[in-house]
Amino acid sequence: MRHTLRETWSGLKRNLAMTIAVVVTMAVSLSLFGAGLLTSMEVDLVKGRWYDKIEISVFLCTEHTQGGMCEEGKGTTEAQRESIRQTLEANPEVAEVFYESKEEAFEEFQRVFADSPILGSRTVDQMQDSFRIKLENPENYSGVVSEAQGLQGVQNVQDLHRILDPMFNWLNALQWATIGMSVLLLLAASLQIANTIRMAAFTRRREIGIMRLVGASNFYIVLPFLLESLIAGLIGIVVAGGTLAIGYYLVIETNAKTSIQALPWIDWSHVTTAILAMAAVGVALAVIPTLLATRKYLRI
Amino acid sequence: MITFEDVTKFYPGQDRAALRNINLEIGKGEFVFLVGQSGSGKSTFLRLILREYRPTKGTLYVAGKNLTTMNQWKVPALRRQIGTVFQDFRLLPGKTVFENVAFALQVIGKPQRLIKQIVPETLELVGLAGKENRQNEELSGGEQQRVAIARAFVNRPKILIADEPTGNLDPETSVGIMKLLDRINRTDTTVIMATHDSSIVDQMRRRVLELRQGELVRDQTKGVYGTA
Repeated sequence: MRHTLRETWSGLKRNLAMTIAVVVTMAVSLSLFGAGLLTSMEVDLVKGRWYDKIEISVFLCTEHTQGGMCEEGKGTTEAQRESIRQTLEANPEVAEVFYESKEEAFEEFQRVFADSPILGSRTVDQMQDSFRIKLENPENYSGVVSEAQGLQGVQNVQDLHRILDPMFNWLNALQWATIGMSVLLLLAASLQIANTIRMAAFTRRREIGIMRLVGASNFYIVLPFLLESLIAGLIGIVVAGGTLAIGYYLVIETNAKTSIQALPWIDWSHVTTAILAMAAVGVALAVIPTLLATRKYLRI
Repeated sequence: MITFEDVTKFYPGQDRAALRNINLEIGKGEFVFLVGQSGSGKSTFLRLILREYRPTKGTLYVAGKNLTTMNQWKVPALRRQIGTVFQDFRLLPGKTVFENVAFALQVIGKPQRLIKQIVPETLELVGLAGKENRQNEELSGGEQQRVAIARAFVNRPKILIADEPTGNLDPETSVGIMKLLDRINRTDTTVIMATHDSSIVDQMRRRVLELRQGELVRDQTKGVYGTA
């Protein structure tokens, strides 16, 4: 054991510049990877919350409305209303259908805009009756929307997905770009580790040759190299974990959470998960290249 | 101790066998010279015993184990029963005599207490008592080879393989090394020595195996170097 520790220490010292390079690359790439994970969690969170909340609103005709499937100057008849309800309820994608009369819509309007000057700008008759639809799976909305649009007595179908989807697409792209970049950097880090260890093994090839000859186990031979890259990796993981935690605290915990309260935000449990995933990747990145790089010297 | 049964070894990409249909047995405590020109297969013979290679055909037993079918992970255990000495000593630079010998025990996980006891004993056996703290670089060739022999023998192996151990030494020093190998052999250790040194073989009068182009052409008890 003493021999192993001494070898590890002298290896780290001998390759100090390379060890630092490994630590830095490891820290930067793992931080990016962690940030990518957190972005992805945030996007999922927002998506889940919003998609859950948004309903499809199917507005019905009044005497004043135009366009859609309305007849000029006529509101939706009782029969049309029933037929719309039945069609919607029969669609397997639809989870629930609520009816909101224009009186209820007006009350809601009054409640939402209680302190606003536009409160007096509307009357009950300017509101519309509507069906509010909740979907089984919020992501499969287009079928329901196009079906509703074709029903007699439907003036307009409002659907927030259309506005939100481009935003989510951007967020998704951002998330993949972050993860993509971090994967490239992680690859660089692992090649750097492999190279460092290969050099270290070359410097110690005499010792390794003797160890093999006198019957040292492969594990014993490889252990100093494993410890060497693990120590470099662990420092990288700690730095990256710290960066991620501080970044989260400064950007999200103290800033975004107070200024944008409408959005759901990731919390410390997400940060912990990201750091754990990062640590696992970091350890794998230290261990696997080391085993591959030393294989040549261990072949019996 | 060592049994070759129809052993043949081809190296990848070569048409000619490095060893061809070798059949022989080496008993416990025997002293065997392995002679033959360069390229006759001596090194391959020794490396097969060390399980650096597997035989292409045939079966090879060493210390009761079938090396042809042996699992890779059992090789270290086999090597702990075999000591090896080379022409170029292969000592670790920057380490003292004691450290070089102790290294062989440390890396197979022997406790420090045992190492402190057994290394001086072995150094005394090879005639290096009092030189524990010398650096390799301060030693003569003969002394360096004694360190190498101490390292090979410190774990009390059943077999000692010596590949041209006197190749780099003058005749007088060589005699000293041969006396040492003879002493080790008398502790019931099987010694196999590949050599080009005819005078040593002729003086010692031990079993001689001669290889020529991969074939065993002579197996003579109390033999001499050249064909008598």
